[in-house]
Amino acid sequence: MDAMTTENLQVRIDRKVYPAEAPGGGRVAIADLAFDVPGRQFCCIVGPSGCGKTTMLNIMAGLDKEAEGRVEFSDGTPLDATPIGYMFQTPRLLPWLSVRDNVRIVLGDEEANSGRAERILEEMQLGDSLDVFPNRLSGGMQRRVALARAFAIEPRLLLLDEPFVSLDAPVGNRLRSMLLELWQSRPTTVLFVTHDLREAIFLGDRILFLSRGPSRVILDVTVDLPRPRNIEDPKVEAFRKSLLEQHNSLLHGLAEEQARDRSADDAA
Amino acid sequence: MNLAQPLRLGNSGPWLRLFSAALLVLVWALAAEIAQSRVLPGPGAVAESFYYNLVDGRLLSDLAITLFRVVVSFAIAMIIGVAVGIVMGLRKRLDILLDGWLILFLNIPALVIIILCYVWFGLTEVAAIIAVSLNKIPNVIVIMREGTRAVDRELLQVAQVFHVDRQRRFFKFFLPQLYPYIMASARTGVALIWKIVLVVELLGRSNGVGFQLSVYFSLFDIAGILAYTLAFVAVMMFVELGVVAPIERHIMRWRK
Repeated sequence: MDAMTTENLQVRIDRKVYPAEAPGGGRVAIADLAFDVPGRQFCCIVGPSGCGKTTMLNIMAGLDKEAEGRVEFSDGTPLDATPIGYMFQTPRLLPWLSVRDNVRIVLGDEEANSGRAERILEEMQLGDSLDVFPNRLSGGMQRRVALARAFAIEPRLLLLDEPFVSLDAPVGNRLRSMLLELWQSRPTTVLFVTHDLREAIFLGDRILFLSRGPSRVILDVTVDLPRPRNIEDPKVEAFRKSLLEQHNSLLHGLAEEQARDRSADDAA
Repeated sequence: MNLAQPLRLGNSGPWLRLFSAALLVLVWALAAEIAQSRVLPGPGAVAESFYYNLVDGRLLSDLAITLFRVVVSFAIAMIIGVAVGIVMGLRKRLDILLDGWLILFLNIPALVIIILCYVWFGLTEVAAIIAVSLNKIPNVIVIMREGTRAVDRELLQVAQVFHVDRQRRFFKFFLPQLYPYIMASARTGVALIWKIVLVVELLGRSNGVGFQLSVYFSLFDIAGILAYTLAFVAVMMFVELGVVAPIERHIMRWRK
């Protein structure tokens, strides 16, 4: 298992066209998207909204099979033969199952009976809420359950699609820290999609910037800040500023979007 | 009047209901007293007839056989209706193929289906059960098809990503989304089916509540008719409040 998780993830998506009947139909979403992710790397993916980030994750997760290309590990294992954890933009919990059963449901019988679900939920301070239905939990707690579910299967690849969007800052930051703790105690390859550059710098070993659709990688940045990091640390902000200055024209559209997001946050 | 304000009943709700029931009996007794007619017996006469039928007559066995027919045809209608409704909701082609039949069956009067079943299958128990089920199945199909179309694909994607096996996918991710629709068709089902069962018994059976009603009709025994009616309504209300409602509460307990 240890040897397996250190294999590189090789992403080669040659072409993905949105189906003609869908909104934006016939548009090319992804073209010649190619990158490698070393095993156990925390890789953030930043790009403007609508650039096909979610589509890319769905292709990897096997939800979207209408794409040309190949995603596999460097030992040749295709993705549909490996456990993949996926945390969506909304928690997507089953409302008719308790917190405990929401995690157990994705496990095999043997794993479920070994108490793995309970252990990981305890670790996320949900030990008191094991038998509660998700509707009675706050948004932040629901996301913790979704995070526990994604980690419970001991994924070889963990996909996260803007999972902490629409949470207020303290709750979001707590979840970000929990994610890092889980990832450090259960190392796995992570692809974290976001459009929040600060979040990407706080979390990632590396940030890939995608262009507007059809999306390609336009910039590949290593985040060399030492861990553990603090999201309030001026170093994070300094890293963000220097990144925007260095690649002003390249990230122009993105920086604009960031500014818009921020002023929208302020107004709210 | 402020409509946004909830009605404040305090603890008077149950008493108000009891009072309402008592009022109905009182009005009935009064009307019977004034009319002094064989066709409008008062509560006393009906209670007497009820007691006679219960002790010396066949009331209990008639109730039992009718309830049996209700339960069996309800079960058949739900199983077939739910299965066909789901498949029609999932498969577009099949939906188009069967939609015309569905509309046809929805519009055939219950009485016609009953008559045809007796003509084709004879005056048998099986014909009676088929007739009742056939009357209910299209209704269940329509509700379940609607429910299947409204299923949240995002939750099914979760099952797919996490490689959940097919059986669990169906029973834990898919079917629970249809519970509200199953409960809705069960509720309307019980209400519709017991009324049709009485007609079926009246037309082609020699026992059951419906048969006995026809006997009392020919004897012009209105007290007997009312006694049977009240007894059977009581049984069906017990089924609704004592069986269907608790099951629904249990299944839907996760709702806020």
